[in-house]
Amino acid sequence: MADTVAGASPDPHAAGDDPSRRDFIHIAATTAAIGAVAGLAWPFIDQMNPAGDTLALASVEFDLTKVEQGQQVVLKWRGKPLFVRSRTGAEIAKAVKDDTASMRDPARDEDRHKPGKAEWLILVGTCTHLGCVPTFGGGDYGGWFCPCHGSHYDTSGRIRKGPAPTNLAVPEYAFLSDTKVKIG
Amino acid sequence: MSGHSSYEPKTGIERWLDTRLPIVRFGADLLDFPTPKNLNYWWTFGGILAMCLGIQIVTGIVLAMHYVPHVDYAFNSVERIMRDVNFGWLVRYMHANGASMFFIAVYIHMFRGLYYGSYKAPREILWILGCVIYLLMMATAFMGYVLPWGQMSFHGAVVITNLFGALPIVGESITTWLWGGFAVDNATLNRFFSLHFLLPFMIAGVVILHIWALHVPGNNNPTGVNVKSKEDTVPFHPYYTVKDGFAISLFLLMFATFVFFQPNALGDAVNYVPANPLVTPAHIVPEWYFLPFYAILRAVPDKLMGVLLMFGAIAMLFVLPWLDTSKVRSMRYRPTAKLYFGLFVLACLILGYCGGRLPDDPVIPGISTFQLLDADLNSMVWLSRVATAYYFGYFVVILPILGLTETPLPQPESISAPVLSHPANAPAGAAASPEKRG
Ligand code: HEM
Ligand code: FES
Repeated sequence: MADTVAGASPDPHAAGDDPSRRDFIHIAATTAAIGAVAGLAWPFIDQMNPAGDTLALASVEFDLTKVEQGQQVVLKWRGKPLFVRSRTGAEIAKAVKDDTASMRDPARDEDRHKPGKAEWLILVGTCTHLGCVPTFGGGDYGGWFCPCHGSHYDTSGRIRKGPAPTNLAVPEYAFLSDTKVKIG
Repeated sequence: MSGHSSYEPKTGIERWLDTRLPIVRFGADLLDFPTPKNLNYWWTFGGILAMCLGIQIVTGIVLAMHYVPHVDYAFNSVERIMRDVNFGWLVRYMHANGASMFFIAVYIHMFRGLYYGSYKAPREILWILGCVIYLLMMATAFMGYVLPWGQMSFHGAVVITNLFGALPIVGESITTWLWGGFAVDNATLNRFFSLHFLLPFMIAGVVILHIWALHVPGNNNPTGVNVKSKEDTVPFHPYYTVKDGFAISLFLLMFATFVFFQPNALGDAVNYVPANPLVTPAHIVPEWYFLPFYAILRAVPDKLMGVLLMFGAIAMLFVLPWLDTSKVRSMRYRPTAKLYFGLFVLACLILGYCGGRLPDDPVIPGISTFQLLDADLNSMVWLSRVATAYYFGYFVVILPILGLTETPLPQPESISAPVLSHPANAPAGAAASPEKRG
């Protein structure tokens, strides 16, 4: 190529036929198009993620005197059920005794409640298997039983039998006073 | 498609149109499409399926005129359709039962393909497009079932979307993204409505590709033998328009029986209870057409494995064309394969049955045998496990090996041969000699 052009008077139009210049234009245009599509794809994907107002969900405060000993109250928090359970002495003792038992997701009972507040177990009430709401007091371990596919949780909310992979989750919460907690 | 077109524009207007938009020619060629002359009633389900899609789209658009996709109004708006909207009860019962009819038809259509080897070369793409339609149908029906926002709608949505949470690392972000929040809520209902509206039209698009891919190699047929000459085919119209029309009429009779006499037989009464995120119904089950997959999910004690196996069950269908090693298409000439196929249908039915029962329910009531690993041997869990093993075994062990080891029966030379050689057709006094005929 080069030698056929050598000596010829420079022709501005001939330059357009240079294959490397063509390739460059093709590559640049394709890259720009791919970049534009990729850049636009993200907003269209991300719009499905939780919106600002959903993220800004307020935390809830809860008055513990509403729960009788040995019972639980279920409240709604971030669209999910939340268990607030007042455990009996026997239930706590059973949970502590099982600390050493073999478990799928080993955890000690004392790490699942606030220090000195063993009575109060506050858990996210969605089964860690596929998200059903376990029923209070059921199952082989007296904690909760998930009716959907048969997961048994103990009185510490730990998974003991069935398909669920992990223990019932402990949400972020704090005691505001002896009878009041703030969750979230 | 059929190669050449036999359409002759007759009027001036038709000639004028034919050189601009040959749409009349397109329709005429479709009606004239050479179709094997031996198709039996199992082949009428394609037409039935097209009708089902049409019914769902028409009734769905009408429902969408009255339905309100909001957690506070959805349930009541469906009840209003049932009680106050003129003929709303009819439209909704047609739509809800129409989904079941659609699945009855698609399952028969798929088993037909499995039996007659319609997935084999040169129809792999045709088969895969069918599998895509089936996947889209499942997504559509699942999201539609969420819309009335009853207890089963809600908790079904929770369980199914949580399936994606089983994926390592990305699972949680995916479920949050699907929900548009931290739980199934209004954002979820809203987008499900939007997608439930969209997907049927995508199905319609894939149906067009499916029919295109059908018209390149042409129909398979009960013998599985290729069309050899014009003698083996008849034009689609009037032969199959009439046969399909008759089958559609019978199918509509069954459809109407459900709509008018048993409109809730195929649904779950619990879905007439408004959704309550704080209480899961004691016995949550999907609609009947998902039960086999639900049984596979529950057969596995591990969350991720259960989910993978469930999706794997559908993936099997996609790779089937490359798993079956037999060169003989129709199982009519594969006596051993026929037997295994029968067991496969049985395994699917058993899975469906198990999916509707509790995992710990006994199979034979009243007796408990012994504990095997995590459950009693006489339980739905173990029955599902056996059936699941057979389901996968059929695809990955039986079909690949059987094609190499079995001895198939002799296949007829052509579609016409068995008909012509049949004693009833032999001219009096002449010995049938099919090899000398077309
Ligand atoms: C492949 C086609 C379709 C299938 C399989 C399907 C399936 C379903 C199912 C199973 C339900 C729940 C019925 C119930 O139990 O109440 C439903 C509801 C609904 N569908 Fe569809 N659908 C299809 C097409 C469409 C289309 C095209 C539209 C709108 C353009 C639509 C709009 C609706 C609406 C508004 C509802 C809520 C009202 C109700 O629950 O009865 N559907 N659909
Ligand atoms: S959702 Fe609880 S066991 Fe499956």
